[in-house]
Amino acid sequence: MTRLMLIGLVLMLVTLPGCQLFGGGEKEAGAEQAAAQAPPSAATQGLAAGEGTTVYEVQTMGSGEASGIGKAGPDETGMIAKRTLYFDFDSAQVRGEDIPVVKAHARYLMANPQLVVTLEGHTDERGSREYNVALGEARAKAVAKLLELNGVDHRRIRVISYGEEKPMALGHDEAAWQQNRRVEIVYGG
Amino acid sequence: MIFPAYRSFLALMIWLAFASTPRAELVIEITRGVSDAIPVAIVPFAWGSKGAPPVDVARIVQQDLNRSGRIKALPEQDMLTHPTRPDAIQWRAWRALGQDYLVIGQLNETGADQYEAQFFLFDVYKGEQLAGYRLASRGRELRHTAHRIADIIYEKITGEPGAFATRIAYVAVTQEDGRRIHRLQIADADGFNPRTVVVSPEPLMSPAWSPDGKSIAYVSFERRRSAIYLQTLATGKRVKIADFAGINGSPAWSPDGQYLAMTLSKDGSPDIYVLNLVSRRLTRLTRSYAIDTEPAWSPDGKRIVFTSDRGGSPQIYVIPAKGGKPRRLTFEGGYNARASFSHDGKKLALVHGGKGYRIALLDLSTGGLSVLTSGPLDESPSFAPNGSMILYATQTEGRGQLAAISVDGRVRQRLATPQGDVREPAWSPF
Repeated sequence: MTRLMLIGLVLMLVTLPGCQLFGGGEKEAGAEQAAAQAPPSAATQGLAAGEGTTVYEVQTMGSGEASGIGKAGPDETGMIAKRTLYFDFDSAQVRGEDIPVVKAHARYLMANPQLVVTLEGHTDERGSREYNVALGEARAKAVAKLLELNGVDHRRIRVISYGEEKPMALGHDEAAWQQNRRVEIVYGG
Repeated sequence: MIFPAYRSFLALMIWLAFASTPRAELVIEITRGVSDAIPVAIVPFAWGSKGAPPVDVARIVQQDLNRSGRIKALPEQDMLTHPTRPDAIQWRAWRALGQDYLVIGQLNETGADQYEAQFFLFDVYKGEQLAGYRLASRGRELRHTAHRIADIIYEKITGEPGAFATRIAYVAVTQEDGRRIHRLQIADADGFNPRTVVVSPEPLMSPAWSPDGKSIAYVSFERRRSAIYLQTLATGKRVKIADFAGINGSPAWSPDGQYLAMTLSKDGSPDIYVLNLVSRRLTRLTRSYAIDTEPAWSPDGKRIVFTSDRGGSPQIYVIPAKGGKPRRLTFEGGYNARASFSHDGKKLALVHGGKGYRIALLDLSTGGLSVLTSGPLDESPSFAPNGSMILYATQTEGRGQLAAISVDGRVRQRLATPQGDVREPAWSPF
């Protein structure tokens, strides 16, 4: 901890003149606004202690979860309350039972034009990690396509895949794996 | 008044200071040895100054040579004498102990933070000196010096270069105050001296060494989307190299360091692209509606292997690096992924799915597949730069750990971290 504080001090000295956040590297537009509400996101350290070390602060998005702010028909609240869709092993096909759920989300988006939606694709831990990123994206895109087929403008849909990097359940059995093969529907305004 | 930017900087500092650093020192144990290992006695080095020596050079050399599996170091308690100069060696005593080779040496302080290690390697039966070296270093480089001594001894005895003075990169994930903290770390090849080069609350993936060992490419989700960064290890400075819509993944350096192959899904499904790092020109290499990912270059830079499910299940394909028609390489089993070439280009290490996920070697001339590990969830194989071992990630005792296996499958070592989930090891070049 002491060593890190020392690095921090060195960074402070490096960074103080002109109150510039960024050393010679990149600069992220909007980072200042984001920084007010978001925790710092990532930092790098050089191997030569303190020498030429650069800190990168990056913009982070609020989770933007906007549950309960939109309009929905009385019979739809149950369906749009379902925000996680599960998938079969190595499959990116939306299950038949989930198609009415996705359609309800499409109607919800059509009724609330101020909302945008992020579809987060995930996989279980089996197999290689980058292949799983690709598989998670295929899952999220399958849901996106279904939303588009039901009238939602593609510009209101954001797709991201985390592969196996953000498991919901931490076990190493089929019960945990099923929990992790999923697409999460996240609303934002 | 505190500027918003400045305030956030303070927050970062405080966060860095209080984020507890895991003591991710890797411990190596041989879980399956070989009986025909060569017996070598490495006598504790003489220390020319007062007090205890800063490092026990002989012990580090013993541990390195032991974990190669090829050499068996004589335990210190079995040594009858402790010669530190050539004229003090009693050859008969070492022959009686069944030792083929003998290493003796000294460590001396030659100035302020200046040390000199001197050692000799002897053939015990001929009573002949095979090597004698002096190595000067500063205090914090002494472990590295010991690894270099182990490399020299290994090469003299086996005829192959040692890889003990190299490094490994890996991703370690810990739970801290309810958050998952991801660290990209660099450690010595024996797991000591781990240093964090990137820390992030969002996933870090796919570290890849530049061929000169000075930089590392990796994937970071720190902006809640994937991007590929190239970071200079000495300074911590980095550049963002790919930040397209969709997937930015699987960075892989060409052997000449001029190109970076990667996976992008900006044009639809994930495909393999090659970026010229000098001209920054991006070339699309594959065009399929399926998943194409995990590119890896052949040692001559002429071919790229990758994982694709274009045939219905993930399999390994090869394509000329300048473009052309992909050809399927794996036919055994329903899951073959994340291939990488051996240093002679004759074999591929890959993840083979069947009864669990295991590391396997594909012989490119015969097409034969040999499974090296026992699973159940092994992944991310990475060859040692001398081709002798494959480092990989494995699930053991409910968490991710690192292990290494010799390419003949006979010697397996486990590298363990005291806490956290360790994955995606990458062995540095020489």
